[in-house]
Amino acid sequence: MTWGTRRRKFLSSLFVAFCAASVLIALVPLAFVLFFVVSQGIQSLNIAFFTHMPVPTGEQGGGMLNSIVGSLILVGLGGLFAIPIGILSGIYMSEYAGTRLASLVRFAADTLNGVPSIVVGVFVYGIAVLPFRQFSAIAGGLALGIMMIPIIARTTEELLLLVPGTMREGALALGATHARAVFTVVVPSAAQGIITGIVLAIARIAGETAPLLFTALNNRFFTTKLTQPISSLTVQVYTYAQSPYVDQHRQAWAGALVLVVIVLTCSLLARFATRRLEGLTSR
Amino acid sequence: MAGKGKGDFGFRLGTGLFGLLLVLMVATIGVELFRQSWLSIQKFGLNFWRTETWDPVAGEFGALPFIWGTLYSSILALLIATPISLGIAVFISELCPNRIKPVLVFLTELLAAIPSIVYGLWGVFILVPAVRLLETSVPQSWKSIPFFTGPPFGLGMLSAALILAVMVIPFTSSVAREVLKAVPVAQREGAYALGATRFEAITAALYYARTGIVGSVLLGFGRALGETMAVTMVIGNNPRVSLSLFAQQHTMAAVLANEFSEAADPLYLNALIEIGLVLFIITLIVNSMSRLLIWSMARPVRAPEPAVVDAAESAA
Repeated sequence: MTWGTRRRKFLSSLFVAFCAASVLIALVPLAFVLFFVVSQGIQSLNIAFFTHMPVPTGEQGGGMLNSIVGSLILVGLGGLFAIPIGILSGIYMSEYAGTRLASLVRFAADTLNGVPSIVVGVFVYGIAVLPFRQFSAIAGGLALGIMMIPIIARTTEELLLLVPGTMREGALALGATHARAVFTVVVPSAAQGIITGIVLAIARIAGETAPLLFTALNNRFFTTKLTQPISSLTVQVYTYAQSPYVDQHRQAWAGALVLVVIVLTCSLLARFATRRLEGLTSR
Repeated sequence: MAGKGKGDFGFRLGTGLFGLLLVLMVATIGVELFRQSWLSIQKFGLNFWRTETWDPVAGEFGALPFIWGTLYSSILALLIATPISLGIAVFISELCPNRIKPVLVFLTELLAAIPSIVYGLWGVFILVPAVRLLETSVPQSWKSIPFFTGPPFGLGMLSAALILAVMVIPFTSSVAREVLKAVPVAQREGAYALGATRFEAITAALYYARTGIVGSVLLGFGRALGETMAVTMVIGNNPRVSLSLFAQQHTMAAVLANEFSEAADPLYLNALIEIGLVLFIITLIVNSMSRLLIWSMARPVRAPEPAVVDAAESAA
């Protein structure tokens, strides 16, 4: 072997080692984050966390009942708002794929997806908080919904495009209108994938804090009123993380653990469903 | 595919209106932010972005420190994240055995799934003390270098850049992987046939895919620019322009998160919304450029294969 070849081979193994090392480097923070969230969170997580209200600052114990219910309400409102819009615009993008409007809608969806979540918060503050001079659960849900729409729309589009054209044509040949063909044949056969998209969207927004800071704000009390400020797990974790009290830090870690479990469960569910779907379509 | 008849027209109109709603929504965001920041735009003009003093009490609003902090932290994060992300993309798509591929893909995607607030909490209590330790161990003789001036707080630019890098890696690496997939196999086989080493063959593939790779880096940049919670919790939130990695600084997203709900004075509120407007415009430009570059590379090859839907990719 000449010296040049040896040098080239050495350089090549160095490169392979660098690539392998970068995977490890990326896994280190993942392991650290998960380790600390689980180890710190589990200590403070108990039944009271789910069933009790926060205690006054400085006292020990208490839970985050109001924040948990608040988060559920906010995500529910977001879904209520985003699911119909997301699915229907997704149907438009796939059924009229070649049209100029469809490309424009696709561009808008991708743009919306890239808008920083804090900017969504500022926008919703301007249209849903300022005019009514009132922070509210509705405003918070709207902000989360705006973030869900592009995810649902793009997943719906991609999955409908996977449905074989022959199925659509079969329905049309039997005399169905385009609407009927889409809603009774195309959409149902992609239903599982569309639901996966919704679960993914929930996984992504359930952990959002920034768009809620000045829309839903926060609330120390239990409420289900949609026109009132409402607490959420994420904003509450943020508040506790900034407090000087150790007991509130414990609560923050417990909240973080619950968030991570929710988000990871949703991601795993979606991933499992996607894999089954891939198995179906590749046949 | 478009059918004819009354029912079909109604269907097209109905779904089309919902599609249009998305377009309107993006337009409304731009218009509303512009309208609501008019007071500040009118009063300060371009000077808003050239002055350094941010003193809401005195009514002085200069946003230079925020745009500086946003750009500086994002660029630092990219410097750290880009080589690592590309290394991951190459390792997963070219080097690793097929069996562990899905595991690695899943693990890197987990990084994207962890909520920003959780990164922030971890940052405050674990990363910041570690960074403080690192900063205090910097030898005294380095203190004259502009990057290492000032007292070592831990809270500051370095912590923010590190945490941003971690958050950007899954996005850049997953898109870079897609892009590498779009490089024809024949291209690599050709290189090997000529006696190229792995390094040479893969750099050739990376060179072939360069537009898409730049796109994937820009996508990460867009993510970093808008990241809010994790950054605001570790950067120190002090509006100043400094090259020092130790300095407590501020970003556009962080100032919104911190001060927005306290802004009672209309001019103050308008100034903050103007920061939001500019953040919106910058991310819009960066994301559009990134998408164009990725599309020009990966679209033709991507069409026939089943679209794998996951969070990171739908974000692209």
